[in-house]
Amino acid sequence: MMSDPSREQEQEESVARGRSPAQHPAGIVYTETVVFAPPQQYVSEAPYQIAILDLEDGTRTTVRILAESPAERVRIGDCAIYVKERDGVLYYRRKS
Amino acid sequence: MRPVAVIGIGKTRFGAFPERSLRSLAVEAIHQALRDAAVAAPAIEAFYLGNFAGPAFVGQNHLAPYIGTAAGFERIPCTRIENACASGGSAFFHAWQSVASGMYDVVAVAGVEKMTSQTTPRVAEILAEAGDMSNEGRAGATFPALFAMIARRHMHEYGTTREHLAAVAVKNHANGAKNPYAHMQKVITIEQALAGKPVAEPLTVYDCSLISDGAAAVILAPLARARAFTSRFVRILAVAQTSDHLALESKRDITCFPAVRAAGEKAYQAAGMGPKDIDVAELHDCFTIAEIIASEDLGFVEKGQGGPFAAAGCSAIRGKLPINTSGGLKAKGHPVGATGVGQICDIVTQLRGEAGERQVERHRRGLVQNLGGSGATCVVAILEAA
Repeated sequence: MMSDPSREQEQEESVARGRSPAQHPAGIVYTETVVFAPPQQYVSEAPYQIAILDLEDGTRTTVRILAESPAERVRIGDCAIYVKERDGVLYYRRKS
Repeated sequence: MRPVAVIGIGKTRFGAFPERSLRSLAVEAIHQALRDAAVAAPAIEAFYLGNFAGPAFVGQNHLAPYIGTAAGFERIPCTRIENACASGGSAFFHAWQSVASGMYDVVAVAGVEKMTSQTTPRVAEILAEAGDMSNEGRAGATFPALFAMIARRHMHEYGTTREHLAAVAVKNHANGAKNPYAHMQKVITIEQALAGKPVAEPLTVYDCSLISDGAAAVILAPLARARAFTSRFVRILAVAQTSDHLALESKRDITCFPAVRAAGEKAYQAAGMGPKDIDVAELHDCFTIAEIIASEDLGFVEKGQGGPFAAAGCSAIRGKLPINTSGGLKAKGHPVGATGVGQICDIVTQLRGEAGERQVERHRRGLVQNLGGSGATCVVAILEAA
């Protein structure tokens, strides 16, 4: 998964904006949901998962979960790691 | 502060009314309330309007004088209050304050929303703005998604199940089926509720309140003058309004609503009573999980026991503490700005003993709880039969 060229490019963009992936700590899923009825602007992306993470730095944040299939979605207590930031939204995925 | 009474109530039916304007709905409810109170429009000294998103839903702003003048109010202060889904309750709180303080004697409160002229994705977008758009909204959280995340955590910590959530929906649909003012008059089964189309997991369409049009209004006066207007007045024992963070991620524990707990404690203290003294309640079931958590936060059950309480039938009309005998937001409908005022009308109807086949046996004291957003505003009112 980490060799996905588009993902690497997004990581480079993130680094170019002054934040490296290392500055986005991993987190434990505090809660999550899969959205089937999205707001207008995200209609093309549904269904998608969002989660609130308890990050290693002690903060709590709301993120989008990247999952190719339902099997890759997160559950409460799972560890999630940073993938990218786009339009101010943080994208994480389940740590395998 | 002096004691205040509700001397009149009025409601439109809640539902989808493409042919009706926002203003005509509000005026219908206000005129019903004026008739109920035997008060003429020019006698109203101040008007408070609860409305969440008239500008976004119907493209009209400056709504309080727009509606007030159409209702026949003359040169009085007309003020719109926006506190998301607690706009109506907040308008009621401020109207009550204005009479309790001695500023005015006869005051009108209305709540109104017209939502069904927009598509569901657009409605979801407008409602999402009652959350924090700088983080959870941008990540794609709709309102159902926020309450779905609350439900997931509540299930994880307290063992609440999908069956518990479905029991709330089944009960509220059963009540709504007997309420001529309800948007949806349809009995549903547990099996139907469990098999509903997913909206935001674990919530299905049967866990979500309805997108509705509608209005409600009440007229307030000092208790000492109430009898001069009507013998069917209801005494307001307490009203409390509280606030909290908008974003779920700003809260330590999302399985309770601190604003609800605080509003409940303040209201119980002001009324000189506790949860055991309440005979009937209208709780803000924007989602089934919200009714379960509110029943815990207000002290009707122990923390974590809201689900089993509903599943055991304790909150049914003939149960230990009837909750949402109107059908709740789930079946009655949830025209956002109208909801808090509509809940007051529903409890007044019960306390007057006028709820027909939905009438509860003991109806001396009733409680109303109106929630804004995912818990950033709460209004709790306790009322007593005259």
